[in-house]
Amino acid sequence: MGNTGSLIKNIVTQKKYKEKYHWTDYFSYFYLFLGVFLMFGPIIWLGLSSVKTLAGIQEYPPTILPLSQIQVEVDGYEKPLSLYNVTLEDGSTAELAEIKRVGITSKMVDPNDTEKKYKIPIDKREKIREFSVQWDNYLDPLRKYNFLLYFKNSIFVTVIATIITLIINSMAAYALSIYEFRGKNLALVFVIGTLLIPLTIILVPVFYVIANFGMINSLWGVILPGAATPTGVFLLRQYMLTLPRELIEAARMDHASEWAIYWRIVLPLSIPAIAVLAIFSIMWRWNDFLWPLIVLSKSEVYTLQIALNAFHGELTSQWNYVLAMTMVTLLPIALIFTYLQKFITTGIASTGMK
Amino acid sequence: MKNIRINIKSFFIRVFNIPFTFLMHAIDIIMWPIQKIIGVRNMPYIFLLPNLIFFGLFVIVPLGVNVAFSVTGGAELLFANREFSGSKHYNYLFDCENYLNANSCTEDFFWRGVHNTIFFVIFQVGLMIFFSLLTAVILNKKIIGRGFFRSVFFFPVLLSPVVVGLIWQWILLKNGILNAFIEANGGDKFSFLTDPGWAMTSSIFVSIWAHMGFYTLIVLAGLQAIPPNLYEAAEMDGTSRERTFFRITLPLLMPNLLVVFVLASIKGVQTFDEIYVLTGGGPGTSTSLIVQYIFTTGFASSGSVQNFGLAAAASMVLGIVLLFLTLIQLYLSRSRENKHQEI
Repeated sequence: MGNTGSLIKNIVTQKKYKEKYHWTDYFSYFYLFLGVFLMFGPIIWLGLSSVKTLAGIQEYPPTILPLSQIQVEVDGYEKPLSLYNVTLEDGSTAELAEIKRVGITSKMVDPNDTEKKYKIPIDKREKIREFSVQWDNYLDPLRKYNFLLYFKNSIFVTVIATIITLIINSMAAYALSIYEFRGKNLALVFVIGTLLIPLTIILVPVFYVIANFGMINSLWGVILPGAATPTGVFLLRQYMLTLPRELIEAARMDHASEWAIYWRIVLPLSIPAIAVLAIFSIMWRWNDFLWPLIVLSKSEVYTLQIALNAFHGELTSQWNYVLAMTMVTLLPIALIFTYLQKFITTGIASTGMK
Repeated sequence: MKNIRINIKSFFIRVFNIPFTFLMHAIDIIMWPIQKIIGVRNMPYIFLLPNLIFFGLFVIVPLGVNVAFSVTGGAELLFANREFSGSKHYNYLFDCENYLNANSCTEDFFWRGVHNTIFFVIFQVGLMIFFSLLTAVILNKKIIGRGFFRSVFFFPVLLSPVVVGLIWQWILLKNGILNAFIEANGGDKFSFLTDPGWAMTSSIFVSIWAHMGFYTLIVLAGLQAIPPNLYEAAEMDGTSRERTFFRITLPLLMPNLLVVFVLASIKGVQTFDEIYVLTGGGPGTSTSLIVQYIFTTGFASSGSVQNFGLAAAASMVLGIVLLFLTLIQLYLSRSRENKHQEI
């Protein structure tokens, strides 16, 4: 028995048998499991809450699982009644349905025999629950509140913006990495310079530019301002600098146009870097909030994030819908993450951008 | 399983390839004559052009326009309707008897934002460095399931600010699960979001929760760059782990921690969205930060007029702070690159 115990211990901490356990080893595992709880707990709680009924959501203290009280149809009553386990005065228990609650007592009826009515103090009864998943929380907002449209808007912005970003950034990176030309350093400084100016400090003038283009309340007004990214140019340039020049020279010998060299040779070879930038761009655009909040004020052009915020503001009591839509908003990113996790983490570690 | 994955991949590549090739051929029809006319030597300018136009339109021009907005008055967006007002907006923003007391300022909302932001950034950045260092050091140990734990700590970075704000609002509500848990253990309910002090604490916590994974990765990259033979030598000498940490790990990690410090400060000063969703800047103005002031003044003043000029002036103030922080960052990354070259 002792052997198995120490074996398990060895497996868990992966130590050679001679080494002693340091207090930091115990602390590390404690910290990691606390971390799992803190990081995943909220998401799991969101998921569980998002399939509860409205009554279940408003309940305090809340139940962990989506349990809802069983409702029964009783002859002679229009609405279905809630079912309770009741301890009667003689000590026996019975399943009764509540007709009406008056203060701390409740008028109840036996669902099998509607003649039998009781007055029960409310601390003598317990709700009978069953496991029930309320998918309507997801379907209702999609049907009633246009969430499908917001979803489509978000996808439009994300896809188009990412395509534009990839094309123009890779073109600039190509020019800055393959060629030697006058003003190259100036262009580099210019690109670095834009790093110094985040959108938060030029909100008013960019709004002015967008207004002059007539793109207020248009998805293009959301897409265009962030399309050229200095980090993207640098990421791609850094990668393209490592490409062998012989290939390009050989293509020139074969009379390939510069544009053909760009898209037939350089782009395919830079796919790893382009993939990293694509993932980042998708993430930026899908999660974008402040700028769309300024540009989009009509509900038919809302993106998912803006709609969710507005929806939450208008329907503070409808947490069941809000939580379900929050789940819908985070799901695509979560899926991308589980599929491309390695790509993202190494991308961030090597570029230091987010 | 692997085969299926590859098939999916090649399927996507094929699907993307057709419109991509078509588009590229179409552009070539325009590019070929251009190359004939201006010559190969001038082609890089053509490649640079689209990106530079975007930068010009949405970064450089706005920078100038911002100055113009900040020195003209009125609520109109078009310059034809705006009157020159000189430094009026700046005077208004800085009209203060005592900068440490927001109530003595004419524009007390702005100064509350400044004070809240300073408070927020000091604690958020300090705790962020501490926790990302701790997490990175633990994740760098030989532990089972390291990849899993890494992705767990990183996961929240990908969530949108709205999602983060809503999830935590749902947990921290007066009748939320955290209060239920506290009450079940014999405590009293807290007003996590409706008491001024607690609202700020919650905001700092949520912001750290959401962004810690990013900084942990940076520190982790630094930890992995430390040559392992240093640790082997320390182990041979029988150095205690505490001493190894303070004498080897920490000094060698300093450049990375500095990067974390500057990056987190730059981001921290610009914090807006998740706090805006979580608390709405409230209760009162207790969690409203500078960017929220700019946003509210310029775009969301319900009832009163939108004051673009004042918002632009406040942006200029924020911009100068950020410029200072970013220059430090560029300097640090420069000196780091030079070091690499020396090695």
